[in-house]
Formats: sequence, C-alpha cells, structure tokens
Amino acid sequence: MTTSTQSIFSFLPPSLQSLATKMTSLHFVVTTLFVATLYVSFCNLVFEPGSALHVSTYTVTLLGKYLCYALLALSVDLVWGYCGILSLGHGAFFALGGYAMGMYLMRQIGDRGVYGNPELPDFMVFLNWDSLPWYWAGSDSFIWMAVMVVLIPGLLAYVFGSMAFKSRVSGVYLSIMTQAMTYALLLAFFRNEMGFGGNNGLTDFKDILGFSLQSDTTRIVLFIITAVMLAIGYAISHYIVKSKMGRVVTAIRDSESRVRFVGYKPENYKVWIFVVSGVLAGIAGALYVPQVGIINPGEFSPLNSIEMVIWVAIGGRGTLYGAIIGALVVSYAKTRFTAIMPEAWLFALGGLFVLVTLFLPKGLAGLAPQLIAKFKRSDSAKAADTADTKSEVKS
Amino acid sequence: MIATTGTTTPPKQGSPILAEENINPDTRHGVILYVEDVSVSFDGFKALNDLNLYINDGELRCLIGANGAGKTTLMDVITGKTRPDVGKVSFGQQVDLLSLSEAEIARAGIGRKFQKPTVFENLTVFENLELSLAGDKGIITSLFHKLSSEQKDRIAEILKTIGLTPQEKQLAGALSHGQKQWLEIGMLLAAQPRLLLVDEPVAGMTAQETERTAELLTSLAGEHSVVVVEHDMAFVRSIARKVTVLHQGSVLAEGSMSEIQSNPDVIQVYLGEEQG
Ligand SMILES: Nc1ncnc2c1ncn2[C@@H]1O[C@H](COP(=O)(O)OP(=O)(O)OP(=O)(O)O)[C@@H](O)[C@H]1O
Ligand SMILES: [Mg+2]
Repeated sequence: MTTSTQSIFSFLPPSLQSLATKMTSLHFVVTTLFVATLYVSFCNLVFEPGSALHVSTYTVTLLGKYLCYALLALSVDLVWGYCGILSLGHGAFFALGGYAMGMYLMRQIGDRGVYGNPELPDFMVFLNWDSLPWYWAGSDSFIWMAVMVVLIPGLLAYVFGSMAFKSRVSGVYLSIMTQAMTYALLLAFFRNEMGFGGNNGLTDFKDILGFSLQSDTTRIVLFIITAVMLAIGYAISHYIVKSKMGRVVTAIRDSESRVRFVGYKPENYKVWIFVVSGVLAGIAGALYVPQVGIINPGEFSPLNSIEMVIWVAIGGRGTLYGAIIGALVVSYAKTRFTAIMPEAWLFALGGLFVLVTLFLPKGLAGLAPQLIAKFKRSDSAKAADTADTKSEVKS
Repeated sequence: MIATTGTTTPPKQGSPILAEENINPDTRHGVILYVEDVSVSFDGFKALNDLNLYINDGELRCLIGANGAGKTTLMDVITGKTRPDVGKVSFGQQVDLLSLSEAEIARAGIGRKFQKPTVFENLTVFENLELSLAGDKGIITSLFHKLSSEQKDRIAEILKTIGLTPQEKQLAGALSHGQKQWLEIGMLLAAQPRLLLVDEPVAGMTAQETERTAELLTSLAGEHSVVVVEHDMAFVRSIARKVTVLHQGSVLAEGSMSEIQSNPDVIQVYLGEEQG
C-alpha cells in the first residue's frame, strides 16, 4: 500500500510527499468527504439562490442520494472485490433497509393521510384492514426502526450466507441464487397482501423525528448524516480489510481450498463478511428513502443489483475508494444521460462497462497510478535507466 | 470445538495427550500415521485399492508410482478432502482422521503441499506466513489480531529456513515457481505440523532449486514426519531413506532405495518402463 502511495505522490515536493505517504486512503476519503460536505452545506445555507456560489437544495438531495449509492457500492466491493463473492442481489439488502425506514416514516404521517386514520397507513385503510399487521408493531419508534434497519438485512444475509456458503455454493451458481433471492422478494413485495403497500410501495412521507422532510434544513441534515455514515462505513470496511481478517478474506478469494488446509473455516469468514456487507447496504437504503421520498418493490429489481456491481467494476474492484468513485461517477452520468435520452441509458452503461473491462481492468481507481507511472517513465526515463544499471552492478 | 485453543502458542511437541481441546496424536508406538485397508473409487474406478501404509514418527518417506497410481488421492484421503469408501485412517493411535473436517485435520497437525503450488498470490510472502501460523483461526481473533514479537521471530526464522528473507515484502504472485514451492513449505512449517505431506515439490524446478529443496526437506525430517511424492528419481534417491511404491491404488513394495530397485515386481511395472 505505502509503496503505491509513494509512487502516486512522487510529483509533489518532498515535504508534502512525506505527509502524503503517511496518510492512508482512509484519511483521504474522510477528509475529502468532510470538506465536500462542509462546502456543499455552507454554499446551500449561506448564499442566496441566484448567487453563483449557491448550491440548490435539489442538488444537495441529489448528492445525498449519490452518497447512499456510494455506501451501497462499498458494501458490494467488500464481498466481491475482497472476498470474490459476486453478489447480484445486494439490492435486496438495500431495499429492506429502505422498507424499514419507510415503515417508520409511514407511521409518522399519522392522521394527515388522505383517509385521516391515525393508526393505519392509507393503503391499509384502502384494503379495508382494521388493524396493523403484527410485523408493523413498533414501527412508529425511531429506535425500533434503527434496529430493524440493521437487523433485517443482517439476518437475511446471515441465513442466506449460511445456507449458500456452508454447502459450498460459489461462482456462477451463487450469483444466480442471489438474483433469485432479490427477484423472489420483488414478487413478494409486489403483492398487496404482504402489507408493504404493494406496487406503489411506501410514500407521501411527511416528517422524520418531527422535522419536515420538505424543509431545506432537514434535507441538509440528512445529507450530512449520509456523509457521516459513509465515512463510518468506510472506516469500518477499511479496518476489516486491513486486519488479519481482511487478509484471510483476500486469501479466500485467491484460493479457498488452501485457506481451508491452513486451518481456517472459509465459510464462516464468508458468512460474516456477507453480513457486514448486507448491513451496510441496509443502512444505505434507510438513508436513501427519506431523501428520495419513496420506496417501492422496484428497488428489488435484479437489474438494480447488477448496476451496483457495474459501479464497482468501473470504479475499481478491490479498492474501497474505487467503489465510491464508481458509484459517484456512474450515478452522475446516469442523471445527466437519462435527462437527454433515457431509453439509451442501459446501452451506455453496458458500453461503459465493456470499455472499462477492456482498457482499465483495475477500474478508474487504477487509472491515476497508471497515468502517473507513465508520466514518470517518460519524464525520468534516463534517471531510471542509470539507477537500473547501478543496481544491476551492485547485485 | 477444537478451534478454541484460545492462545497463540502452538501445541507442545510430543506432550502427553491430556489437553482435550488440542488434538495430539498418540505416537507411543512410534507410528504417526496409520492407513489401513483404504479403498476409494470414482464411478467404479478404484483409485485406491485396499491400501495399507504406516509412517513412523520423524521419518522421511518417499512415495513413488506411475501417473494415476493414486498418490494424490491418498493425500486427499489423509487430509479429509476425499472420504474413502472403506478403511481406517488415524493420526497417531487414537485420532480418527475420517471423522474430522479438512480444517480440523490441518489444525491437528497435518500440513499439505499441493502438487500445483498454491500460495496466496495477492498477499506478501510475510502475510502468507502470518496467516499460516499456528493458533486460533476464528473470526473475532483475526479481526483484532496483532502479531506478537514471538510470532514475528518465528516468521523470520521460517523465512530464513526457506531462504526467502529478501522477498519478505514481495507479493507471492511475483515469486518464481521454485520460490512459490518453498513459500508453500514455509506456510506448512508455520502451522507447526507433526506430519508434512508434500506432493511433487521439485516439478518444474531448476537443478539448483531441486538441490536446495532436497536439503530443506531432509533438514525438516526428525522434528517433523515428512511424506514426499515425487516422480524425479534422482531427487528421490538423494533424499530417500525409505521408499513406498504405489501401483494401481495399492502398495507394491516398500524398502530402501536399493531394495526397491532390485525388487522384481517394481522393475517390471515401474522402473522397467523408465529404463525400457
Ligand atoms: N475426483 C476424481 N474423479 C474421478 N477420478 C479421479 C478423481 N481424482 C482422481 N481420479 C483418478 O484416480 C486415479 C488416481 O489419481 P491420482 O491423482 O491419485 O494419481 P497420482 O498418483 O497422483 O498421479 P500423478 O502422478 O499424475 O499425480 C487417476 O486415474 C485419476 O484419473
Ligand atoms: Mg498426483
């Protein structure tokens, strides 16, 4: 790690170089996030609309949404990039976290719904239900919701992971199973009788902890909280990846059977990295819902899950910041592109994916070191040559 | 659970079998591995056929045999990768290997080097050894693990034994073929096994590398029991004290190299082919 940072920063003056090499990617990401969040919030709150420096609340919310995607991409990278588990169903964890938040927000509407029922959300009144189903119990408590956001995706990841990894399902079969999982949930959540609003999902939210979701301040705060959660998620992932557990996980990706012969139980490691990842995805979903104002079964769509994997592939699989870069770049491109010609977006995404796989196997994150290395080579080819001959003479 | 020895100190060599949590082979009869009447068949084809093999504590044994004789399959059976149809495999007198999982067998003290070198290519040489050290292999321990100074010393010692000290920080994927083989042997040593199974260690090595490997393996015998599978007869001659010849899934002959070379059965089915 340090050697690569060293080479990246060799263009800086020596004093800055030594500082840069001491910083890890964790410092960079957290600092960048902090500065960007501060800048965006400041420009939104201080400058009046119309000023060149003003950042609109619409943009803030859009950025908040991107940050949720970044956290989601991080969770995908943790299992795919580091452990080699190609999950094509991570949208399920994201959506479940989102639904847990959605249920809470639904209950906050109270009697302000169309039917004015203080207990039941509108869609239940519409279905002629006279009481809340048992699994909605507790959903009006923020704490309960926060627990569920972590627990439900975590539990699903645990059960699914235990079944799949303990019976040593891997590779394409595992990917297909994850697709089937999210697809099954998609079908289930579409049904009105499930009690999650069916086709329409949960929407028309009013406020969170008593603060109106429409107010600019709430939106800024949600954006800041998302940035903070992304930083925390990054720090946790960074810690795991740098720990011995991270090295075991990488070893599993390279050669699972060898890990087994060395005396580890790879399936346990896989289950737990999958659980951590599922929980991070769930949290991303929970932060996403109040910012976009809706959660519906579409979030379970298998296509969504595939898109997440593409973010990571484009950004750079196996580097945490790569996943974040990928999610941000692709989401931004999507926003821009779909505004012009929405039908062509999938083709553009597919094309981008093919190009990156062909020309940037390490993704965008691998681009900077590559360019700098090239720049350095042409720049100091002579110096390097002499250094080479010197070391050859020595050995 | 056998996993929770709780400490990072390795099981004491040759200690009496009192600790319940540590599987220690009982080698009071001088035998560390018993393979008795083992048969394995794949779709009706008998890869191992009523095979009997005993490995003494601390010995260096060479296993030879033509392609397909069942050498790798035998190692698969000992390490729990393949379950035999019938037979008994025990580590020392009392540890029934057939009832243990691959990971448990590894922790009990049987290390294996594969035919194809498998090291963790995206980890450094040092990290490869770190992961292989004896000790608790649970998740929580791994998550909060810090290398102790004894462990660092141990890794340094192994690096010296396998001659890879200068490559310590290099990614294992960047090592030469021979170096990978040594690293893999080093990974086995790190786990402090009683028994080492080494499958074709010198395949694809240069003459120099082969010589170094011979030295390395002979130096390991005594403290460890070592079983080496090898086709290279010159190499076998240079290290062997006792040789077992496998043929069509069972033992054809056993003895010193000169005994084997003068055994008429062996000459007919194995050495004969080579000379003819
Ligand atoms: N999983 C399997 N399924 C079917 N047949 C197998 C399997 N593994 C091994 N065999 C067969 O069993 C026989 C013994 O194979 P094994 O790999 O043990 O031979 P070997 O002595 O190690 O040979 P080599 O010197 O080529 O490594 C071979 O004929 C092989 O084709
Ligand atoms: Mg073989």
